[in-house]
Amino acid sequence: MIGGGLVGAAIGYGLARQGLKVTLLDEGDVALRAARGNFGLVWVQSKGPGVPEYQHWTRLSSDRWPGLAAELRETTGVDCAHERRGGFAICLTEDELEQRRQMLEVLRRQAGAVEFEYEILDHGALARRVPLIGPEVVGASYTPYDGAVHPLYLLRALHAGLLRHGARYEPNARVNAVHAAPHDFRIEARGTAHAAPRLVLAAGLGSRELAPLAGLHAPLRPVRGQILATERVAPAIPLTQKIRQMSEGALLIGDSFEEAGYDDSTAPQVLSALAARAVRTFPFLREVQLVRSWAALRVMSPDGLPIYEQSARFPGAFLASCHSGVTLAAAHAYPYAEAVARGALPDELARFASRRFDVPKAA
Amino acid sequence: MFRRLPETAAQPVTVVIDGRPVRVPFDLTAAAAVLIGDGITRTTPVSGSPRAPYCMMGVCFDCLMEIDGVPNTQACMVPVAEGMRINRQVGARKVRS
Repeated sequence: MIGGGLVGAAIGYGLARQGLKVTLLDEGDVALRAARGNFGLVWVQSKGPGVPEYQHWTRLSSDRWPGLAAELRETTGVDCAHERRGGFAICLTEDELEQRRQMLEVLRRQAGAVEFEYEILDHGALARRVPLIGPEVVGASYTPYDGAVHPLYLLRALHAGLLRHGARYEPNARVNAVHAAPHDFRIEARGTAHAAPRLVLAAGLGSRELAPLAGLHAPLRPVRGQILATERVAPAIPLTQKIRQMSEGALLIGDSFEEAGYDDSTAPQVLSALAARAVRTFPFLREVQLVRSWAALRVMSPDGLPIYEQSARFPGAFLASCHSGVTLAAAHAYPYAEAVARGALPDELARFASRRFDVPKAA
Repeated sequence: MFRRLPETAAQPVTVVIDGRPVRVPFDLTAAAAVLIGDGITRTTPVSGSPRAPYCMMGVCFDCLMEIDGVPNTQACMVPVAEGMRINRQVGARKVRS
């Protein structure tokens, strides 16, 4: 395994729990570490309009999350505070609400046998379920499939879990060289040579440079997101897409999307826009104190979908990349890791191979 | 090891700590004023255990108190003032509905 973030750790955990001999190479604290900066949602309701495969994969992960959380708690003693009480996407204009209604209707129609139910709530209906919304709130969409975890506890639980199942963890092990042959991979990291018949590349933005060495393709770019965190307060709000309350009381305010290259610093104008929207959504926030802010870089593909593939040139090499490492953690720990163990990805994941990007540009 | 400068003791102010008026030197912070008594500033919202001022320089957030009605205030960052009301922060603050 190359990559010790949420994607690499989830797949590594999933391989180790099946009894495979796993070595996980982790670049260390100098890495960009999307896993250390994310919002922690297990979010379903806006994933995959027009791409039923993504909708199903996300839903599968959400459905298997309660089992993963329980298994991690049992195996490691770490409770990653998983909750699944549904989520609200709060809209401040009629346009926003109408766009959500249309998107959710697309998802409902394409869901097939999985079934997908949603509610569109106007201000009055929402106020009965979320009493602290402000007067400017127009309404919200709601689905029961959405949830959240504490993302730092999740990373810790996955790392503890893979060690518990006998995996070897190599910290500060930036990969210097990959020598690939079919079912025969030699990796040099921190002056040590590793050899394995299978290689899983899940190095986030680092996969971009490493992928070609194993006959894989990862045209990824960073998309910055910024988050504000408040003091701990008594339980106040249910789960919403842009503002959530952690199990220990702090509120997180997030959801910026910025093309900022590899700059992972915060920007006051973005943070103040996040705060302004948060106060319009929940006026009580005006009196709640902010204690921290940070930025992190999402791992984004050109179409925003995950990339999953096995190398055609060097069979045995697998790539896993996505920007929803929390939501998809259960899909990675169970079906994805099981497919790697079998040696072939299932047909349901064919839609996510990188060949979808090999389209010649029209003149 | 540390001693107060004699001139500071001459100018006390009265603050109200958990409802009890206390006369303290004018140049203390609220956290230092609390340390003259039992030193307990808050109970945590997670485990409920009592906490006392620790770093005294705005870093550790263990001295959170309700000061003049504002909850979760870092008491070590607030100089005392005549009539200041300093209350223990018990668990998580409530938000106004």
